[in-house]
Amino acid sequence: MTKLNSKYADSGYIQKLILRSLLFLLLGIFAVYYLMPLFIMVTTSLKSLEEIRTGSLIDLPREVTFTAWKTAWSGACTGIQCEGLRPFFWNSVLLAVPAVFISTLIGALNGYVIAQWRFKGANLIFSLMLFGCFIPFQVVLLPMARVLGIINLAGSISGLVFVHVIYGIGFTTLFFRNYYVSIPVELVKAAKIDGANFFRIFISIFLPLSLPIIVVTVIWQFTQIWNDFLFGVSFSEAGTQPVTVALNNIVNSTTGVKEYNVDMAAAIIAALPTLLVYVVAGKYFIRGLTAGSVKG
Amino acid sequence: MSTILEIKNLHKDFGSLNILNSINVTIEEGDFLVLVGPSGCGKSTLLNCIAGLEPITSGAITIDGRDMTTVSPKDRDIAMVFQSYALYPTMTVGQNITFGMKVRGIEKNEREEKLLKVAKQLQIESLLNRRPGQLSGGQRQRVAMGRALVRDPKLFLFDEPLSNLDAKLRVEMRTEIKKLHQNLNASMVYVTHDQIEAMTLATKIVVMKGGIVQQIGTPSEIYNRPSNLFVADFMGSPAMNLIPAKVANNGKGTKFTIARSRGEPLMLFDDNITKLPENVVLGLRPEDIGDAKLRKGDKLQISTCSVDVVEPAGADTYVLINLGGKEVTARLQAETAAQTGMEMAFTFNMDKVSYFDAQTGQRLN
Repeated sequence: MTKLNSKYADSGYIQKLILRSLLFLLLGIFAVYYLMPLFIMVTTSLKSLEEIRTGSLIDLPREVTFTAWKTAWSGACTGIQCEGLRPFFWNSVLLAVPAVFISTLIGALNGYVIAQWRFKGANLIFSLMLFGCFIPFQVVLLPMARVLGIINLAGSISGLVFVHVIYGIGFTTLFFRNYYVSIPVELVKAAKIDGANFFRIFISIFLPLSLPIIVVTVIWQFTQIWNDFLFGVSFSEAGTQPVTVALNNIVNSTTGVKEYNVDMAAAIIAALPTLLVYVVAGKYFIRGLTAGSVKG
Repeated sequence: MSTILEIKNLHKDFGSLNILNSINVTIEEGDFLVLVGPSGCGKSTLLNCIAGLEPITSGAITIDGRDMTTVSPKDRDIAMVFQSYALYPTMTVGQNITFGMKVRGIEKNEREEKLLKVAKQLQIESLLNRRPGQLSGGQRQRVAMGRALVRDPKLFLFDEPLSNLDAKLRVEMRTEIKKLHQNLNASMVYVTHDQIEAMTLATKIVVMKGGIVQQIGTPSEIYNRPSNLFVADFMGSPAMNLIPAKVANNGKGTKFTIARSRGEPLMLFDDNITKLPENVVLGLRPEDIGDAKLRKGDKLQISTCSVDVVEPAGADTYVLINLGGKEVTARLQAETAAQTGMEMAFTFNMDKVSYFDAQTGQRLN
């Protein structure tokens, strides 16, 4: 009897092992599939043009060189200007940081008001804001250009910040409202009796509770704004273009030999900040989810 | 003694829906007022109106002689304990208790001093650096009370503070709230749907239903002289027996005839009352129906009934008998000889009886 049992147990174990290996094999294939482009980008960016022309696409660089990165950062030509990505990278920083900050703050306030201070018509306003999330970028292009012209922000970074804040409020409000709606309304009542006013309650009680949702919102907004191309290309002029537009110009405006290594390096530089946000904030995101017990 | 809270003609509508109707309540200093009623009766809304968390449609609220009808909650000199405790999750226990003082700009030294005093009073000194998430239900309850106590307000408001606790802890905390009330001689308004809590804690009870006050009185008045059928049925456990009866005048008093499914109708007499309508409902508490062999007294009337169900409850044994088409509960001594199906003599204490109009449900005596 015991023998029989152990035999069954053995075959079960082997079966499990096989399934598990298959699973990891499959996951491994997917991982390679997804990492392949990145691998090629990185290796190509480290090769010299000579080596790219003569070697195969998937070879490792025989001689590692950072000249392409240097060119991409400070020497590549976007149209007639040859300063690389650097000025545009800073444009993007100047654009994304305030836009993310302002839209997150407004979203938090909106969510707080809609979820905790239910005034007449709060649901209607929330529905309209939700509706705003589903308006395609292309629809707002022309009206927005006109508005930016009227308020004298056309072609400026401030104008782009404005556009991204407006466009982001729908999402940020949605995030914060859904987070705050699960917090008991009695908290506000207790704070009111304690003598705190609208903003004091928000700052002392709701904001400290909000770390997880702030991280979610920041990741979302930063990725959206940093990666945006359409608004960037439509509402900027020569000196105010964000990095995505500059990257496009570098890749498209090369004359003569196509410098694949510079293109690849530039693409990686343009994508680095969003990667960084995921790596840094993603950790806090998970920590926030497990540590923040709202129910108390 | 001065009047602490006076509510005059309070109305509260929510849209076209009437939530509270003509509420008039007054409490004196040191009173423990309990608002009791089934869920949806408006008791919590009334408490929120007193706190200023809900605007009222018409009427007036006076706290300690000052008109508070339109004053904001923070200026009403009140403190409130909530059902969910409503502790600020990111603050420590100490910060929770002192938050109100901090907002009001009270000096740090004074805050610390008051915090320690309250913590000592509630025996939560060891918890001051913990967060609400690390506390048990009973400890959170204490912290919530601490937050109220530290305010030293004119009026304490409690919104079902014990209903999230388990049964044993609830009884303990009930006693503690009562002790607190006695020690502080504080004025309190307490909302509950639990009529036992209401009876044990209150010096004054307001029974509400459908936004209307049914009766205001001391626990003993509410228990012994309920003003209508709703109050009679709601207060007391097991509930008051409400037995339909036919009335006849027999010269010197009133004779009540109660139909029974088997055998002769039950006759009861009351010499002290006349002029009752033809159909009444007799209200008798279970303890006013007893075992004829064991109960002694002057005004007891004895009659034989058949026992339907016997329910021993430890200290007492409840016996169900069928009268007037209703199950009637009698509370007998634990060592009663009652057995299911047997015929047994019961005493009816007509001294304690309540009469209600069968149509309107209003008390008649």
